[in-house]
Amino acid sequence: MDFKLAWRNIWRNPRRSILTMAAIAFATLLLVFMLSWQLGSYETMINTSVKIQTGHLQVQAKEYREKREIRKVISNPEAIGAIIQQMDTVAAYTYRAEAFSLVSSKDRTYGTLIVGIDPVKEARVSTIESIICHGEYLKPQDTDKALLGNLLASNLNVNSGDELVILGHGKDGSVAATVVQVKGFFRSGQDDFDRSIIYIPLPYFQQIYAMGNSANAVVVMCRSLDAVAGVKKAITTKLKQYDNLAVLDWKELTPGLIQMIKMDLIVGFIFYLILIVVVAFSILNTFLMTIFERTREFGVMMAMGIRPKRLTRLLLMESLGLTSLGIISGTVFGILFTWYFQVHGILIPGVEELASEFGLPERMHPELSLVSISVGSGIVLIITFLTALYPALKVRRLKPVEALTAA
Amino acid sequence: MMVFRLGWRNIWRNKRRTGVILTAVIIGVWSMIFLGALMRGISDQMVRNRIAALVGHIQIHHQGYRNDPVIENRITQPEVVIDALHMIPGHYRWAPRIRVNAIISNARHSGGAVLLGIEPELEATISFIGQAVVRGRYLKPEDPIGIIVGEALLEKFETKLGNKLVLMSQDANGEVASRAWRIIGVFRAELKHIEKQFVFVTLSSAQKMLKVDNNLSEVAIVLPSHEMAENAADELKSHLPYQNFEILTWRELLPLVTAVLNMYDIFILIWFLVVFIAMGFGLVNTILMAVFERIREFGLLRAMGMKPRLIIAEVLAESLFILIIGIITGNIAGFLTILAISPTGIDLSVFAAGIEFVGMARIIFPVIHIKDILVADITVIVLGLLISLYPAARASGISPVEAMAHT
Repeated sequence: MDFKLAWRNIWRNPRRSILTMAAIAFATLLLVFMLSWQLGSYETMINTSVKIQTGHLQVQAKEYREKREIRKVISNPEAIGAIIQQMDTVAAYTYRAEAFSLVSSKDRTYGTLIVGIDPVKEARVSTIESIICHGEYLKPQDTDKALLGNLLASNLNVNSGDELVILGHGKDGSVAATVVQVKGFFRSGQDDFDRSIIYIPLPYFQQIYAMGNSANAVVVMCRSLDAVAGVKKAITTKLKQYDNLAVLDWKELTPGLIQMIKMDLIVGFIFYLILIVVVAFSILNTFLMTIFERTREFGVMMAMGIRPKRLTRLLLMESLGLTSLGIISGTVFGILFTWYFQVHGILIPGVEELASEFGLPERMHPELSLVSISVGSGIVLIITFLTALYPALKVRRLKPVEALTAA
Repeated sequence: MMVFRLGWRNIWRNKRRTGVILTAVIIGVWSMIFLGALMRGISDQMVRNRIAALVGHIQIHHQGYRNDPVIENRITQPEVVIDALHMIPGHYRWAPRIRVNAIISNARHSGGAVLLGIEPELEATISFIGQAVVRGRYLKPEDPIGIIVGEALLEKFETKLGNKLVLMSQDANGEVASRAWRIIGVFRAELKHIEKQFVFVTLSSAQKMLKVDNNLSEVAIVLPSHEMAENAADELKSHLPYQNFEILTWRELLPLVTAVLNMYDIFILIWFLVVFIAMGFGLVNTILMAVFERIREFGLLRAMGMKPRLIIAEVLAESLFILIIGIITGNIAGFLTILAISPTGIDLSVFAAGIEFVGMARIIFPVIHIKDILVADITVIVLGLLISLYPAARASGISPVEAMAHT
């Protein structure tokens, strides 16, 4: 009975109710869209960073991340690889070795990072094979062949087939020098990356830099981002006997990225909170009015023996009905609205360069998820409910006699 | 005049209702002013930091240097450029530089960096380095082997003040020039990557190492304000043969910062609109309530011969008063918040790596842009009155007969 009463009360003043619902729906729509946008772009950023550079996890020698010294190596990477391979949440893994070296073409010299990769394994871990924009990817039998970023290639003024002289220090401190042939260019879209990396086959790298069989990192890709924590724990336990090794996840490998995401989330929430408070005050009048213009009515009801508790419940039901209608329509429209942009993408003029700096595509796609849908509507629900509580509790203080004589 | 008096009295007939909607408007306007100033603070500081970080407002290079910053692309007639500087209207400061990529190494480490040859006294007037040396001392004009490096680079190379570093770079003849320097000073910068990226020596010693006589890589110019850059650059372009030189303003040198600024412009505007819509629903609803409560009154006014136009004006006057009070209070609250935060700023050091990632400053100081405040206030007033036309039109459409029938 109460439910029916509440429902009818909502529609006593349809114009007011619809305006109120519209305010709530607007806030909900906006939150669903914005959260989908934020979470979607984080995921893209993480995936790009993980796929191009760090992988989900890396096993490294302790202190290698901070110091980047070539002599901090994993002496038996294959044994570690064998352990990792057995885990079923691991999608792929590969070995890498890195050394900073001087690279000269016929008329240019630059300092770059030389990375030794296993062509077959690397292609399963990173996107490198798919971002080759000129020439070819490395083959397993290749030795003195190199892939470089397109920006580095233009800086060095080389084309595929040209030779590069590499000069650096080996693991034992000896001079490492060789000549390699450019086999292809890659383009990740991240300028920093495309300007500073040269890939050569790992066995050849190990030979030049006097590495023996060792490597600097075992890079692991998990089946999904959510599996990373579990895999990290499992690898850490399995590698307990190697006390000179450290297992690092993408958050530790690129601490800037995760902190930026956290900061962006917090800033976002501050904006959303202020917005919802404005909405709450916007709709508070509706809730207040429903009791003030019905004082007499409540007086009659109380005189007929309805307890204040039940009145409060009735009022809460009314406002909850109102807000739920608003939230539901806001969520539905929010999903449709977001879905449209998820399919078509959004092009913000003038920020393409900004986007590529952070590894985002030019066209941004928000991504609907259970989290982005429920968190937004959840916050709106909580705050509007708190708003409705004030008038609903106020009604308890009504005295039947006074209420009856109220104008 | 009468409509204003009527409107003023009417809004205070129901103090609670007016109070609630005023609160919504005040919080909305406050958030526009305060968060707007915070966002401007972030972007202004970003521009200032980047400009102080060796960019300046205008840079003059030899044609092609920007895409290919090698010693071959150098200014071979510095006197021509320096003469042309007099064409800049008004006050300006400038400094000549050698700027090339180099490889730094010591016994244990090697890595890439940018070698800057500077005229110590001139440089100190245009970039951060003059005040940034925290240990040791700044360069003297005649220092032949002194080098200044960043704190972070010092740590990375595990070295200390007084030790030697070897720098290698390509010289004018295409040979690899190599030279040892002694660390005489250590600098600190807002961003860690600047500490790692740049090393400073005197202009003459860099010229000697690279065998380039008195040639320069770039001339950097700082003007009293960054808005004057375009004008000054045009003036320079008309006096220097453009086929030999590229004259770029900070907007072209820092496309990323320009993109960030554009994005903030858009974002601030969107925020204003969103907040306005949120409180707009409440405003319309409140005015509508006030109108429907007074149907009999409006009927009576019509019956007594009040023109519908005047009724519209009266309702709009009510809305105008609410908006004006809300805007004034909101502005004051916004200014007070800004004032309270200004001395200390908001410290974001918790997210150190994250703000480094996006290139923000560690402490944010809000900055008031008069334009934003005008836009916010005008948006609220104009759009607020516009949406109030709806209840106003409803009120004017009430006929005396309808009103008398209303109980």
